[in-house]
Formats: sequence, C-alpha cells, structure tokens
Amino acid sequence: MSNESLPPFQALLDEHGSDVLGYLVATVGPHDAEDVFQETFIAALRAYEGLEHARNLHSWLLTIAHNKAIDHHRARGRRAVPAGDAEEVAGSVASSNSRPDEVVGGRDPELWRAVSTLPPKQRSAVVLRYATDMPYSKIAQAMDSSEAAARRNVHEGLQKLRGEFA
Amino acid sequence: MNPLSDRQLEKMLRNAPTGGDLDRAVKGVLARAERDGLVDVAYAPVDSPFGKLLVARTDRGVVRLALPKHRGHQQTEDEVLEDLARYVSPRVLESPQRLDEERRELEEYFEGKRDHFDVPVDWELTPPGFRNRALHAVARIPYGETRTYAQIAKQAGNPRAFRAAGTACGRNAIPLIVPCHRVLQSGGGVGNYGGGPEMKRALLDLEGAL
Repeated sequence: MSNESLPPFQALLDEHGSDVLGYLVATVGPHDAEDVFQETFIAALRAYEGLEHARNLHSWLLTIAHNKAIDHHRARGRRAVPAGDAEEVAGSVASSNSRPDEVVGGRDPELWRAVSTLPPKQRSAVVLRYATDMPYSKIAQAMDSSEAAARRNVHEGLQKLRGEFA
Repeated sequence: MNPLSDRQLEKMLRNAPTGGDLDRAVKGVLARAERDGLVDVAYAPVDSPFGKLLVARTDRGVVRLALPKHRGHQQTEDEVLEDLARYVSPRVLESPQRLDEERRELEEYFEGKRDHFDVPVDWELTPPGFRNRALHAVARIPYGETRTYAQIAKQAGNPRAFRAAGTACGRNAIPLIVPCHRVLQSGGGVGNYGGGPEMKRALLDLEGAL
C-alpha cells in the first residue's frame, strides 16, 4: 500500500452512503435501491484492500453503484422501463415535500418516469449531474469515461427529456 | 404548453426523488458483511462512568480500547479508527453486536462485580520487544494489586528501563483490560494515565488498591 493509507471503511458509509443511496433511488427506484446499495457496498468492501490509493473514493463508489444499477436493470429483463420502478420513483417524488413555490413540483413524477426510460449511460449521467450535484470531471471518473463523453451523455439525456415534455 | 427551458428542466432534476432508508440500508450492509466474514475490525462505543469508551476487536480478540479524551492525551475517535485501518486492516466497521461480550464485562468491572476479563486480547498494535514484554507483565498484575514502573521494567528484562516501562504503559492500546492503571511511581505517586490521574485513582479505589 502507498503512504496514502485507506480510511476505515465505516467512513465510506458515513460520508458517501447518502449520495450512493440518492443515486440508486433515482436510477433503480426506492423499492430496489436498498438491495442495490447493499450489493454496491459489499462489492466495495471486497475490493477495498486492493485499492492502491484513497483518492476519489466518492467516484469509485458511484462507479460501482452505476455498474450494479446496470446489472440490476439487466436482471429485470430487457424491458427498458420496468413499470414498477417508474411508478415507484414517480410515487416517491409525489409524496416528497415540495415547497409551494416550486411550481414544477407537480410534474416531477412524469419527469422521473422519463428519466428511468433513458439509456443507462444517459440516465446515470443525468442523475449524477443533477440529483447528486456532481461536476462533469467527477461524473467522468464515476462512469469511467472522458469529461466530453459525460457532457454529451448529460446533454443528450436532457434533450430526450425535453422531448417528452414538449 | 411551451417546451421546457433547460433551466426549468434542470431545476426539476435537482428536486431528486426521495426514498430508501439510509439507516436501514447501512444496517443491511453490515449484516451482510458480518455474514460473509468481511469485517476485519469491529468496533463500538461503550458507556462508562468516565465517559464514552471505544472498543475494537478482531477475530483474535480486543485489539484497541480508547479511553475518553483527557486534556489532549487521547486520540480522537477518528484518529483511533484511522490507526486501526492503517495498522490492522482498512475493513473497519461499527458492529455493536460483535462487542456484546466486551461491553458486558466492562460494565460488570465498573460496577465492581468483575475482577478479571475473560475476553481474549489481540496484541497486534503492540510492537515486539521491550514494550511488548512490559505490557505482558502489566497484564499479569492481579486485580486490586499494584506494581511500580521499576518492577515492570525488571520483569520485562531491563531493571533500569523504568522510564521505558512508563512509555510502554502510556502507549498501551488496551487500557483497563491490560491494567496499566495498576502501575505506580516508585515513590508511591499514581503517575500519569491516559484517561487522567483522577480516573487512575478512581479505578484503584474501585479495586480497593488504595
């Protein structure tokens, strides 16, 4: 191991658990998010000792979460929209406490239904950019792509979403 | 209806869906990690009359017991966990259930109902050599009795190294269970203690050693 030693694994759960769960809720839906969260952190724990440095642990975890979310969608079959997922994502938005001044709040359920139908890379990029507020450089790390590809995925995702609401 | 502007869309996307119970999700990870044998170091806070202790164990036994912070003498909880990650294994997780036996024995000790600890010790954090021999000598001091730093130095094989014996006690990774509070100055003074001299005196008082 290098001089830059790894923090205790508990610190990863404490510091990044909330972002990972937020990402998963937005990509696989609240019903399955906890299961995929478990898959994500167990995979991380198994790989942890082999890590060579402690840089970018946040991106590293989101990369694993992204891959586990894709596995999850594959396991659910080739349907692009597992209907249950979209309903649950939409439902959870509707029940969240939107502030009265957020006039767009009422349309959110439809929006997240549409997000869940995006191709995996666009979906992940859009969720990372907005739901977890990551800069493009971090999204690129998390998705193991270039920054340009991250921007393109977000841009194309947004275009598709706007199409849904035109 | 007009098409959405980018700004409107971005604003909506920032209002991310909520759901999923983080606390429950984290508990699920811990349960699975325990089941799969992935927790190398389990730790938990333990209440004591002197404040919150932190106890950590491996498969071999108690590897670290951190006393409440006393005037900068003790490490913070974060520093204790970072050392465990660095010197034992980074697979460190808070797992209170794994420390039920340790917690029970410590509670009984503080209530005066226990005069020895049955939980095994893992000496991983004690480097070999004089320091290790000195702390093994400390571990053999019976409840309610005391020794001097000079006596410990002698038992560790170097009668003149009483200062080094003091240093070994000061760096004891497992105080209470390895009872360095039972080691006094040759002149009869209680000497230093990681948890403060008041705690040392209170422990000796509890054991009827003063």
